[in-house]
Amino acid sequence: MPDSKVTRREAVLQILRVAGAGAGTAAAAFWLAGRSTRPVPTAAASVKRDHRVPISAALPQMVVVEGIDPRALVRQALGDLGGISRFIARDDIVVLKPNIAWDRTPEQAANTNPDVIAEVVRQCWQAGARRVIVSDVSCNEAERCFRRSGIQAAARAEGAEVILPDPARFREVDLGGVVLQSWPVFEPFLQADKLINIPIAKHHSLTGVTLGFKNWYGILGGQRNRLHQQIHQSLVDLAAFMLPTLTLIDCYRILLRNGPTGGNPEDVALKKTLVAGTDPVALDAYVARAFWNLDSASLLWLKLAEERGLGHTDFESVPTKFTRLG
Amino acid sequence: MLARIRVIYLRRACQVFFLLLFLFLLVRTGFQGSTGPADDIRMRWPVHFFFLLDPLAALVNALATHALYRGLVWSLLILLPGMFLGRFFCGWICPMGTLHHFFGNWRSERKRGRQWIESNRYKPWQRTKYAILIAVLAAALFGSALAGWFDPFSLLVRSLSLSILPGLNYAANAVLAPLEHSHMGVVQMLGGFLHAALSATVLNFRQPHFRLGVLLGLILIVLLALNLRVTRFWCRALCPLGALLGIASRWSLLSLHKDAASCDNCNRCLLHCQGGDDPVGTAPWHKAECHLCLNCVDACPQHSLQFRFFRKETEVVGPNLPRRRAMAGLAAGVAAVPLLRAETAMGRSRDEHLIRPPGALEESEFLSRCVRCAECMKVCPNNALQPAFFEADLEGLWTPVLAPRIGYCEPSCVLCSEVCPTGAIWTITPREKGWVVGLGQENRQPVRLGTAFHDRSRCLPWALATDCVVCEEWCPVSPKAIWLEQVEVTDVDGSHKLLKQPHVDPSRCVGCGACEYACPLQEHPAVYVTSIGESRSPGNQILLTRGKEKAQS
Repeated sequence: MPDSKVTRREAVLQILRVAGAGAGTAAAAFWLAGRSTRPVPTAAASVKRDHRVPISAALPQMVVVEGIDPRALVRQALGDLGGISRFIARDDIVVLKPNIAWDRTPEQAANTNPDVIAEVVRQCWQAGARRVIVSDVSCNEAERCFRRSGIQAAARAEGAEVILPDPARFREVDLGGVVLQSWPVFEPFLQADKLINIPIAKHHSLTGVTLGFKNWYGILGGQRNRLHQQIHQSLVDLAAFMLPTLTLIDCYRILLRNGPTGGNPEDVALKKTLVAGTDPVALDAYVARAFWNLDSASLLWLKLAEERGLGHTDFESVPTKFTRLG
Repeated sequence: MLARIRVIYLRRACQVFFLLLFLFLLVRTGFQGSTGPADDIRMRWPVHFFFLLDPLAALVNALATHALYRGLVWSLLILLPGMFLGRFFCGWICPMGTLHHFFGNWRSERKRGRQWIESNRYKPWQRTKYAILIAVLAAALFGSALAGWFDPFSLLVRSLSLSILPGLNYAANAVLAPLEHSHMGVVQMLGGFLHAALSATVLNFRQPHFRLGVLLGLILIVLLALNLRVTRFWCRALCPLGALLGIASRWSLLSLHKDAASCDNCNRCLLHCQGGDDPVGTAPWHKAECHLCLNCVDACPQHSLQFRFFRKETEVVGPNLPRRRAMAGLAAGVAAVPLLRAETAMGRSRDEHLIRPPGALEESEFLSRCVRCAECMKVCPNNALQPAFFEADLEGLWTPVLAPRIGYCEPSCVLCSEVCPTGAIWTITPREKGWVVGLGQENRQPVRLGTAFHDRSRCLPWALATDCVVCEEWCPVSPKAIWLEQVEVTDVDGSHKLLKQPHVDPSRCVGCGACEYACPLQEHPAVYVTSIGESRSPGNQILLTRGKEKAQS
């Protein structure tokens, strides 16, 4: 019978082996036990930036341009406001925020006019921007919205980066508002050096109209259908967080009824107008008055915004230039 | 010898080509694979191509509807050569067969040496597939396309689209996310690059989800795992398309010639046999089981096996199915349809969630066509179409239903009707769908899927004195089917407050489900769509007149 005893040397090695494994297991267990904490939501980051540029007394703060070619309207408006280089510096990252919320074609006037976007992109490149990004967080399926709105093709043709709302690229952000605190914000909007808001003017049942302020809904992810419960305060909270360099309200085609989705050509009115400027409150107040005959006193969010110091509801006191192109 | 090896390589190349083509078309079955101007979006490729080639789908469609839908006549490309040559389709083209071929080559405990050889001899249970075929054809004759449960393409596309591919999509994102959020620049760049590359090619923009998809995935996994016991068990024992092609090969001109004199019973031919058709010299060849893979010809060291045209050989042709088994299959198929239709789905009270895609035919017409291939569910950009589990009773198992809580029907989209291979969802244009240009623009009524209703006990303006109107905001028809009434309500503090309460106008509602999808009360929405008023069912209506007629009255 073969001797099954181990040598002393082997016995020591066996003991060392099992003791090592035991010590390792115990160490790992205590280390993991020490790490145990109640899972907490990702902390909201404070990333608020002011994208505005200083006001010049010599230049208008609002321009209203009327004409046939949407691109010419943009060129004229930016020229009247002092030229694009007043707003965009060399090597800036510029983010454009059109309205690309709905699965609609340009003629249905539910999304921003693609020609307006294309021309703004071109102007930004001329000012020497490093990156020009076009993005929105759509309501309808995003790929369809970006394609059918014509904005994806128009912006890409001018060399812009078109970024679809990838669900993986939202960041929890502290908006620091009265009703809006921690919300997921789409990352590209947080990377901007300069931010240009380019909404389209449309009817809306709860706020009367949806213009520049309401366009900021499109930076948010999460369950934003809850915002309507306190829509006026939500709008002001968002506008106080975003602070754009420039706002261009596309009134080339406006949606008079059945907004914000429309769908019926009968709801659309051809106004061939672009309203641009640096006072977001005055711009919204002007467009609401000019095309819907709504007084800013009846638009609660504008009153709240003025109280927050975001602009002036009395647009007549704001230096304005009107131009009609032949 | 060289020439023979080349034939095997040719077959492999052919199999790989068709498998890759199949996978390419499957991955492109989505909005990413579409093209066209903004107002007319269509699929760029014929993504349902393999279904058009499917003689079983065609035969079932012909038996059940007494007609052949659109491109199904293409299946003659497979059936006619099959009648002349035999089941070459199974060995050379079928992507399901190729997958099984691949897994059949895996070694296992149960398949080595003698066991392996024995497992490849012809077995009487291989005749099961003929009984299945007879049963599904009998069901088709009685107006039900149950064949889709067993059709190899339906099974494969359904399992891949509703379970395996969404699972891979999830896995890819799970691996990429930590890479992209890595603190190491190189890893982060690699992750970003991989993400961009995969997004541009195979990844879904939005993770798709399907109800009970895991069952469908498991079915495919189990079928593939059976290869570890018996090579191509599915193809040999179960596949009704293989059975159909086996029967069609009865008078085929190509036979396996066995030179019995030179055969030394080395059994090498059996080792690599795919069909279980006894190519070995001592037994009669079973023509209907052979996949024409030519492995036996290639493996024979004596060159005793040759495929030749116009030969009289000792062989078993046809299914070799005893009459009693055939009758059992027939009885099962004949009994299935009346038994299934005695359930409630065909009666007066349907499940309220039985909402079919736009263009879907009336329910019995629908069930006579739908082969449960899941192409419509794969292509839906909103993940709105889900496999029915109980909504359409047992007969409607895995047929498509719209689940607005998961996704609504996109107003201008008709992709599901474009990819449906059998006409269960009849081809419609966005104009025929009639949601885009607005009601009243066309002389015809729009396609309606159902009707929306508010649950006033949960709706914010109705029950909680809180502003909302999100349903009205999202309503895609114009004029909107949801209208608002300004009312004064009392809130919890007793103070009076003006707000807008939503109402549905059923004469305008098309049942798209956008309101249900957008409602803030996500898990049990305060506005929901049921099938009542769906334009496909004359017997499932509420209003006496709707839309246009109402305006005229």
